[in-house]
Amino acid sequence: MKEINELNFPDGLRYTDDHEWAKSDGDKVKIGITDYAQDQLGDIVFVELPELGETFAKGEEFGTVESVKAVSEIYMPVSGEVVSINEELADAPEQVNEDPYGRGWMIEIISDDSAEMDSLKSKADYLGMLRGL
Amino acid sequence: MKETVGTTGLILNEPLLWEKGKKGRIGFSLPRQDVPPASPDPSLMGEGPDFPDLSEVDVIRHYTRLSQWNFSVDSGMYPLGSCTMKYNPKTNENQANLRGFADAHPLLPPELSQGTLKMMSELEELLAEITGMDSVSLQPAAGAHGELTGMLVFYAYHKSKGSRRSKILIPDTAHGTNPASATLCGFKSVPVKSNDQGILSAETVAELMDEDTAGIMVTNPNTLGLFEENIKKIAEIVHGKDGLIYCDGANMNALMGIVNMGDIGVDVLHLNLHKTFSTPHGGGGPGAGPVCVKKHLEPFLPVPRVMEKNGKYILSEDFPQSVGKLHGFYGNFGVLIKAYSYILSMGADLKKVSQLAVLNANYIKEKLKGVLYLPYDRPCMHECVFSDKNQAAQKVTTLDMAKRLMDYGFHPPTIYFPLVVHGAIMVEPTETESKENLDLFIETFKTIAEEAKTNPDQLHEAPTSPKVRRLDETTAARHPCLMG
Repeated sequence: MKEINELNFPDGLRYTDDHEWAKSDGDKVKIGITDYAQDQLGDIVFVELPELGETFAKGEEFGTVESVKAVSEIYMPVSGEVVSINEELADAPEQVNEDPYGRGWMIEIISDDSAEMDSLKSKADYLGMLRGL
Repeated sequence: MKETVGTTGLILNEPLLWEKGKKGRIGFSLPRQDVPPASPDPSLMGEGPDFPDLSEVDVIRHYTRLSQWNFSVDSGMYPLGSCTMKYNPKTNENQANLRGFADAHPLLPPELSQGTLKMMSELEELLAEITGMDSVSLQPAAGAHGELTGMLVFYAYHKSKGSRRSKILIPDTAHGTNPASATLCGFKSVPVKSNDQGILSAETVAELMDEDTAGIMVTNPNTLGLFEENIKKIAEIVHGKDGLIYCDGANMNALMGIVNMGDIGVDVLHLNLHKTFSTPHGGGGPGAGPVCVKKHLEPFLPVPRVMEKNGKYILSEDFPQSVGKLHGFYGNFGVLIKAYSYILSMGADLKKVSQLAVLNANYIKEKLKGVLYLPYDRPCMHECVFSDKNQAAQKVTTLDMAKRLMDYGFHPPTIYFPLVVHGAIMVEPTETESKENLDLFIETFKTIAEEAKTNPDQLHEAPTSPKVRRLDETTAARHPCLMG
């Protein structure tokens, strides 16, 4: 496992206490798990994602990530309806390890409440939380 | 000469049987034909199976070699937390091999199966006495099957009262199969966080328990190896809302003869005969997960049930509220005989089994704390949970240390479970091990912790002695190859 300063946390994303990231693009929000989360989980072997059209509240479980170590739930950073899922992960779950903010994205939603994004952690706050763990 | 721990000696390579066969070899001769030959209907015939031609010695050497690559509780200490890999006394096998049991046909009518039915009836009584419960079904074939049975009983109980509840409380220190069993029965599992002591607090349960919650599934002792001290209070809260208490009894090896499950408020309990009652499991054989209930839940137990009527044993289906039949015939019968044999051989010493199991775990905990990080520093039950936090600076993980233990001739403990401890190392020595063996294990772990400081790469490379080194679990999971 890596040291925190070896991990990558892009500016411009928002982060959750449960190690998901969210990136806003108009009324759409793209969601995945952070570099810290993929590093802690180890080699990811399966990602279970929701169906298109499903809606979830903020904090609700929308899928699971299975690594060789454990199965972990993934939670919605903000509420909304799923409009797109990363189908490539079915055959290539390693993309989450290799490129958690790029090819390892998980779902895209239409957000119900744009103000919810502001309640998420900034990069600095997230890093502060990780250092305290 | 004093032998050191670890592995030495001859490990023979062995190909797949398909690579070994040679056309025309045979290891079996058919008895002389005493009926005229007949041709089967061609429509029933297909391609024959792809089996290699082998002689008897080919087969014997093949499986003997494979067995020598293996590790079992008969070869060494197997401290696999929560699995209770205790020694399986060979007398149990002798009893299960008695002709009256081994040759009994499952379709024999009850009047010709009085001995087997009597054994089952007596085993039910013994398990009820050991646990403090009232009635037992021996039908479930494994622990998770027992959980499923328990959840069906929960559902049937609430249905009988005209209610249908949708949720089940499941602590974060319960066994991993619990949420799956509840979900399979249509319940939504609601996670309950344990407190800073590693156990449930009554207040947390009170906040979550409501009239739409069927009950709670508690593992006691929990997966941190800690006794749920507030269980009586929790039972009052759950019963106060007409919910039920399910206890996952996989960790019963800590409590035999010490805790009366009925008295602490448990309504349904499953036992793992293959853990607590010493029948071979894992690669060694099938399981059995009997379910014990309090009187008010007896009508819901699976059918058929063994009943005694005028001195004769019968199989009765006459329980209209029963959850039905959950296994072909009647569970894994061979396992039942072995557990019965174990209980009768141990008698009142079953209490001592639990005392020694708890003592052994506490001994390891005290001797290794400091060497390994101990997240919950308090008396444990039959198992203790450490983590790799002390080795983090050297970038040595739980997995590295577990693999290194193999080089020293120990089966690794359970790792990365329970999830509430990051990098968990869950050690359950059981009552089987002598003080000498426990000391050897402790010294070995100390050596490994020292190696973590002086030569971490040796741990990253481990194991080096076994037949196969680190398996590529990632590729195995991402691209499984299921063919020979």
